[in-house]
Amino acid sequence: MRATAADETQTGALALLVVASWAIPGAGHLWLGRRNKGLVFLIALPLMFALGLALRGRLFPFDLSDPLVCLAALADLGVGLTYFIASGLGFGGGDVRAVTYEYGNAFLIVAGLLNVLVVIDAYDVALGRK
Amino acid sequence: MAILQSHLFLLVLFAFFVSLVFAVIAREDAREQLKLGGLMFAGFLASAIVLSWLMYPFPL
Repeated sequence: MRATAADETQTGALALLVVASWAIPGAGHLWLGRRNKGLVFLIALPLMFALGLALRGRLFPFDLSDPLVCLAALADLGVGLTYFIASGLGFGGGDVRAVTYEYGNAFLIVAGLLNVLVVIDAYDVALGRK
Repeated sequence: MAILQSHLFLLVLFAFFVSLVFAVIAREDAREQLKLGGLMFAGFLASAIVLSWLMYPFPL
């Protein structure tokens, strides 16, 4: 069966929603009119990520020779544009000697993973599943 | 900042953020979100404290 123009427009809008939701935590929910949820995500996730940086956590590189480091890098990337802004500004070098280093990594990685869940939630809301 | 070096404080902060996001994702109603978030937060703290006491004697 061939997709109609309306289907394609809907698919395009859905893809845009997912990208926006990933790039700016909570943007997808704000777009869909879930203002309170969107605002919570918009504040909580970047704050959690910033705390991870303040705790001297590391933004892991995409090192294919080390699968765990690569997975951590993927999780970090989950937080969207904040990741690129932070690494562009030179944050996220990590200080393995810091007492809080592991906590910093936990905050960074989990902020990214939580944003992935938020993206999936926005997708479900857009499809009317929630 | 010294408070940011406290393991307990960081644990509480981590539990707060995770509970908040999970509760907001999982429930629609504010009251339900508060209930689930509070329960999850308490669960995080209680399990962390119980596990830390269980690990206390190690290494033997």
